Amino acid sequence: MKTKNVMIVGVGGQGSLLASKLLGHLLMSQGYDVKVSEVHGMSQRGGSVVTYVRYGDAVYSPVIDKGEADYIVSFEALEAARWMAYLKEGGVIVTNTQQIDPMPVITGAMKYPEDVIGKMKAAGINVDALDCLKLAEEAGSSKAVNVVLLGRLSHHFYIDEAAWMASLEAIVPSRFLEMNKKAFELGKNA
Amino acid sequence: MDSPKKKELMLGNKAVARGLYEAGVCFISSYPGTPSTEITEEAAKYDEIYCEWAPNEKVAMEAAFGASLAGRRAFCAQKHVGLNVAADPLYTMSYTGVNAGLVVAVADDAGMHSSQNEQDSRHHAIAAKLPMLEPADSAEALEFTKKAFEISEQFDTPVLIKMCTRVAHSQSLVETGERTVPVKEYEKNIAKYVMMPGNAIKRHPIVEQRTRDLIALAETSDLNRVEMGDTSLGIITHSTSYQYVKEVFGDKASVLKLGMTNPLPEKLIRDFAAKVDRLVVVEELDPIIENHVKSLGIACEGKNLFPLEGEFSQNLIAEKLGQSVPEGKKLDDVIPPRPPVMCAGCPHRGMFYTLKQNKCTVLGDIGCYTLGAAAPLATVDSTLCMGASIGAVHGFNKMLNEASESKTVAVIGDSTFMHSGMTGLANVAYNQSNSTVIILDNSITGMTGHQQNPTTGYNIKGDPAGKIDLEALCRAMGFNRVRVADPYNLKECDTVLKEELAAAEPSVIISRRPCALLKYVKHKPALKVDTDKCVGCQSCMRIGCPAISIKNGKAAIDTTLCVGCGVCSQLCHFDALGSGAKEA
Repeated sequence: MKTKNVMIVGVGGQGSLLASKLLGHLLMSQGYDVKVSEVHGMSQRGGSVVTYVRYGDAVYSPVIDKGEADYIVSFEALEAARWMAYLKEGGVIVTNTQQIDPMPVITGAMKYPEDVIGKMKAAGINVDALDCLKLAEEAGSSKAVNVVLLGRLSHHFYIDEAAWMASLEAIVPSRFLEMNKKAFELGKNA
Repeated sequence: MDSPKKKELMLGNKAVARGLYEAGVCFISSYPGTPSTEITEEAAKYDEIYCEWAPNEKVAMEAAFGASLAGRRAFCAQKHVGLNVAADPLYTMSYTGVNAGLVVAVADDAGMHSSQNEQDSRHHAIAAKLPMLEPADSAEALEFTKKAFEISEQFDTPVLIKMCTRVAHSQSLVETGERTVPVKEYEKNIAKYVMMPGNAIKRHPIVEQRTRDLIALAETSDLNRVEMGDTSLGIITHSTSYQYVKEVFGDKASVLKLGMTNPLPEKLIRDFAAKVDRLVVVEELDPIIENHVKSLGIACEGKNLFPLEGEFSQNLIAEKLGQSVPEGKKLDDVIPPRPPVMCAGCPHRGMFYTLKQNKCTVLGDIGCYTLGAAAPLATVDSTLCMGASIGAVHGFNKMLNEASESKTVAVIGDSTFMHSGMTGLANVAYNQSNSTVIILDNSITGMTGHQQNPTTGYNIKGDPAGKIDLEALCRAMGFNRVRVADPYNLKECDTVLKEELAAAEPSVIISRRPCALLKYVKHKPALKVDTDKCVGCQSCMRIGCPAISIKNGKAAIDTTLCVGCGVCSQLCHFDALGSGAKEA
C-alpha cells in the first residue's frame, strides 16, 4: 500500500502526544510499517505543535510535507487553518471547534480570523468540525479532547472498532479507560 | 538458535537506550538537552544500568571516561551545544582511547526546534579525530549503538553517535535483543592515560594511524551501503536526508547511504561516482561530505542546490532536483503565529514583570525563562549559552559601572546555575563587579521536561539524593547579600529587587517557587472575573498570561489553564480578579 499520512496539530499541552501514540499502536497492530514524528522541548510550551503519523508497506520520511496529508486531526480551529496547505487534494480535516487565542491575539497585536472553519469549507476543503471540549467534558474530563478527536477520525478511517478499543486498552491507564472509551464513542457518533 | 525477536514502535532516543542496554552498558552520565534527553531518561528505566544527571556535559563526559577506565562500558549523551561544553575532555580522550567501550551521543537540532544555534556536530568528529555513526531511523539507532561499542573496543577510541531531531524524536519499528555485559580489568598505564606532553606526543601518531584504520573500515563496513537503482542520478546521503531521498526517488536513483560519517571512505565513493551520470550530495547543514568528495577530485553537486540552513523534507529535495511539488490550499486570512509562551502560573512571570517595571537591562540565559524575551514582557536583552548571563553581567557592569549597576541583572535558572553559572558567580565575587544575579529557582530543569538537578534533592530515578543549598553556596563564595523572594508576590519582588540594585556590593536574589507543571504543586482554583468591576483597562494583560484574554471588552480567564497564582489580580486596580475558591 502507498504510504498514508495523518497529521495531528494543536497547541502545546493539549495532549497530542497521547493521540499519536495511540494511532501508532493501532496502525502497527494492523501490520503496517509506521513512523511517528513528534515535537518535544520549547515548542511544547503553548506553541503550535504538529505530529506526523505515516503508515504503509514501507515508510521512509518521518515527516509529512505540503499537499501530502490524507487526514489532518486538529485540536484547535486556527491550527487547522495554519496547516491546511499540508492536506492532499481530497483529504479530510477533522477539527475541534475550540478557539485558543495565541499570544499575538491576546496582546492585541493581531486578530483571530473570523469563521476559519466556514472559510476552509468555502475553499472546498472537506472539514468535519465538532465541539470536542464539550464532548470530552460530557465523557468526564476536558483532557479527553484527544480521544474524542480520534473517535471522530475512526469514522473516516477503515479500521475496525475492536482494534481501536484494543489500542485504547494498551495505551490509556486503566483508571481512565472507561472515560476514554466513552469519549471515543461520543466523538465517533457526534 | 536465535530467540524470536519482538517488533516494537520505538522513539529513536529510546532505541539508543535499548541499544545501550543490549550492549551491556553499565554507566551513563548526561546533562539533559533537547533533542537528546530521552536517551538517558529511557536508559534509567533499566535497573541494570547506573544512570545519573550530571551538573553539566563536561562532568558527564569525564564521569563516563572514568567508568570506561574502570572497565565497564560507558556512555553520555548531550545536545549539539552540550558537546561544546564537553569538547575539552573529548578531544583528549581521542588520544587516551578507552578501556571498556565508550560511546558519546550528540543530538543536532537542524531547524532549531529548541536550540540557540544549528551547528553541525560532524565538525567535532573531524576536529577530535573520532569515528561518528549516524543512524537514519530507530532500528539503526539501536543497531548502530551496539556497533559503536564494538568499534570503540576494537579501535581503542570513543565513538560518537550523531542523532538529529527527526531521528531522535521519530518512532519507527525496531527488533530488540538480549543484553550481554562484557567487562574489562583496569590496568595502570601511565603512557596511555596521562596526557602530559611527553606521553601525548607519542599518542598522536597512534590517533592518526587509527583514522587510517577506520577509513579502511568505512570502505567495507555495512554501516555504509550502496543501493543501486537508476544510474542517471546518484545521491550520496546520510541520516534523515536518506529517508527524504528514498521517499522521493525510491529506486529511480542510486544511493550511497553513509552510516559512518567520520572518517569518510574514498574508494567506496569513487566506485559509486563512476557508476552514475550525475552525482549529488544531500546533507543537512554544512557541506562536509560534499567537500570530501570534491577533495577526492570528483565533481558533484550539493550546496549549489540545497540550503545550508534548516531541516530538509521530501518536497524540498524533489523541488531542488527538478520535480514539481504540491503547494496545498491556503486561506486569504493572515494566520497569527502561535509562539511558545510561559505557561499559566509560571513562577518566572512575576519576576520578569518586576524587572520590566524597573526598566532593567536583563542578561539572560538558557531555559524556559528565555521566553521572557517574548512580547508582551520583552524583558530579556541577551541570550547566548548556558551560564552566559553571569559572565555577561560582570563584563557589562565593569564597563559602565554606576551607569548600569543599579538597573542591570543576570537571570539564570537553578539547573543552569549548577551547570555553568557557579564559575561566573566566582568571577563576580573574585573580580568584584557590583552585579545583581537573580537565580530563578523553580526546583527543576524545566524546558527539557522536568529533570532533577543538584539543587532538587532527588536523583534521576526520583530517589532522595544530595541537595546543594543555593543560599549557603552563594554565601560561601563571598556574597554577603543573598535574598529570597516569592515571584507570586509582586510587592516582595519589587522591594527586594530595588534594595539589591541599590546596594553597594554584589548580590544574589533567589526567586523561588516550584514550576507550576510539577505534579506535587497544589494549584488554587482558577480566578474569576467580576465583570461588574472589570473596566477593561487591560492592566492584567501586561504579564502575558495565556489564560487571560479580552472578551467583549472585559478580561476573561480560561479556567482550563488558570492555576490561581494570583499575579494578575495584583495588577488589577478594581479588584475584579478574585479567587474562585468558595469561602470557608
